[in-house]
Amino acid sequence: MSELSIAYQQEEDAQTFGGDVQDYVQLLKPRVMSLVVFTSFVGLMVAPGDIHPFLGLVAILSIAIGAGASGALNMWYDADIDGKMQRTAARPIPRGLVSKNEALALGVVLSVFSIIVLGLATNWLASALLAGTIGFYIFIYTMWLKRSTPQNIVIGGAAGSFPPMIGWVAVTGSISLESVVLFLIIFMWTPPHFWALALYRCRDYERVGVPMLPVVKGPDATRSQILIYSFILFAVSLTPAFIGLGGLIYLTFSVMAGIVFLYLALQVYRVRVGNIADAIAKKLFLYSIFYLFFLFSVLLIEHVVPGAFYSTGFQVGI
Amino acid sequence: MTEEEQKKRKRRSLVIGLVLAAFVVLFYAITIIRLGENVVNRPL
Repeated sequence: MSELSIAYQQEEDAQTFGGDVQDYVQLLKPRVMSLVVFTSFVGLMVAPGDIHPFLGLVAILSIAIGAGASGALNMWYDADIDGKMQRTAARPIPRGLVSKNEALALGVVLSVFSIIVLGLATNWLASALLAGTIGFYIFIYTMWLKRSTPQNIVIGGAAGSFPPMIGWVAVTGSISLESVVLFLIIFMWTPPHFWALALYRCRDYERVGVPMLPVVKGPDATRSQILIYSFILFAVSLTPAFIGLGGLIYLTFSVMAGIVFLYLALQVYRVRVGNIADAIAKKLFLYSIFYLFFLFSVLLIEHVVPGAFYSTGFQVGI
Repeated sequence: MTEEEQKKRKRRSLVIGLVLAAFVVLFYAITIIRLGENVVNRPL
């Protein structure tokens, strides 16, 4: 039986019997969802103003479901290449556990659900932003940029940058400078984060013809870009401290975490051959995840527990 | 359809049912809370 006919058979089986519950949960990319939940939660908590705790919870849930729906739609569209890539071959559609049509239906239903619920629970600007984010991720990134330009994740990264802004808008009803800064931190973080991964997963993307930067421009150019974006990220990450969004505590920790980020980016830039080069790229990738969680955590703690750091003496003189 | 496939279908149906029930409760709760805010804010 040819590879193609096996694929058709798997699709047919999945359409007939359907997958188990956890297969549908996998379609929602739970790991990506956790980052979205956290950053939107921080956006919601640091925003000035009040929101009913239950409505706040519903807002976070809606944003998470919207992100999950985007994941399902992404897997529906990318089913043809996911099966050929090591990183994505275990996803439910390539394994024949869920059909493409089911993923599409789940994605569309959850998108509509999340947009309506967010609008009803908070405000329609937040809802429109969520709709825009889902649309941007699917139509601009997945369908257009991903397979056509090495700048795919730079522009497409905007989709992943919106959650804290949506959280902020859910509370305030408007887009302000602070929410734009939260957006920019994730926007500038995405390229070094994703290119670090692409450096050691380069062959995967090459095999399926996705023009990731290391595939098109080569690993050396990618290393330079990672370093450039890391410097920009460092500068942007300090901004909250100068616009009143973060204080001295945030400034201190963001400088420290940023220096480690820059050090790893520099290591990636300098060490270019052998297994050690891949290992360093992987280290940067993993650290970048911690880094974003850390930055947003400090911002959150500083806002929610204003006295949390007083005993350390950091606040003296402010 | 094998026994395992029937079990899978049953689990799916159960989860869909629970999600729909949660959806109803969610809409009810949102309505009450939003309504409550406006009742408090109305001119007396």
